[in-house]
Amino acid sequence: MNSLHVLPFWVEVLTAVLLVSSSLFALIGALGLLRMKDFFQRMHSPALASTIGAWCVALASIVYFSVLKEGPVLHAWLIPILLAITVPVTTLLLARTGLFRKRMAGDGDVPPEVSEGRHEGK
Amino acid sequence: MKRLFPAPLLSLSLWALWLLLNLSLSAGNLILGALLGFLAPIMFAPLRPLPARIGRPGVALKLFFLVGRDVLISNLAVAWGVLRAGHRPPRSTFVKVPLDLHDAHGLAALAMICTVVPGTVWSELALDRSVLLMHVFDLDDEARFIEHFKSTYERPLMEIFQ
Amino acid sequence: MSPLLTNAILLSLSLFTVAMILTLIRLFKGPSAQDRVMALDYQYLLAMLMMLVLGIRYASDTYFEAALLIALFGFVGSFALAKFLLRGEVIE
Repeated sequence: MNSLHVLPFWVEVLTAVLLVSSSLFALIGALGLLRMKDFFQRMHSPALASTIGAWCVALASIVYFSVLKEGPVLHAWLIPILLAITVPVTTLLLARTGLFRKRMAGDGDVPPEVSEGRHEGK
Repeated sequence: MKRLFPAPLLSLSLWALWLLLNLSLSAGNLILGALLGFLAPIMFAPLRPLPARIGRPGVALKLFFLVGRDVLISNLAVAWGVLRAGHRPPRSTFVKVPLDLHDAHGLAALAMICTVVPGTVWSELALDRSVLLMHVFDLDDEARFIEHFKSTYERPLMEIFQ
Repeated sequence: MSPLLTNAILLSLSLFTVAMILTLIRLFKGPSAQDRVMALDYQYLLAMLMMLVLGIRYASDTYFEAALLIALFGFVGSFALAKFLLRGEVIE
């Protein structure tokens, strides 16, 4: 690390605020994961870290490295793009898993399958 | 032209991805990235079941920013809901949404939007693609939620993919 | 790097650590298997964000590649586990 290189004050403040808010959102997400009663309620809180948490860190990284290297350094933006593609796949599969396993176990708190003809009545 | 570049958008984004990952605009990287963008769609052509037709770039851009704004708003809402869950538990329920969108790519985009926005999780799609089962974190009015969901996300997607 | 940014990075790293500990509790407690898979997925996500923060702390590009790798492994791992829970087989 080059300690002689002095960054403008606003860059440091912006990076600091973005990093701390991202970790706060990640902490709230973990709190939700721990405190919520039901599996499907718990499914919502990881989205906090994978959307706004990742955006804030990526933005902080872009701002910091762009000023440090005196040119646009945009590659941190790939992380939110990658997450936007991969997280829905896992979340969707986990939701289906939850429904499937709860139906197999005979829990009454999940609705029956929505497809026609695979359950009685409509 | 159509046979050389079966998916021009995909080629362009692969090229941009390569340049971003390498963080350089040197001639070698430009050529390698262009080669990747040229060859990858041709190599993967046998795997693609049906080509996507994307129209109305203006609507797509508007939808993009709309989703970004909704993500920010619902992030704050879900965070607030988690923090005060002790004395007011969130009213989570499953919601059945009737769908008018039947295009496979449009449905994929809808699933992505719906999962990326915190507070809603796409749970199950009927086999004939007519009904969608969603889990909502904190719901106060079911009819208004369905109306909002259909008008903000589904209608633009129908315009884009049909 | 000024003390302001150093302290902010330290604070954010410790908040991430607390979040990881909370997730770990859910991972051990989790009544059902899908709860555990979700907690593991969240652990991967937090580790990846921590890598990006460390990349800013040490002004190095290597951490970015580590973060990309963690994201990819996390995706493949959680996908395979969730698929296994769904049908009992990873590949049908």
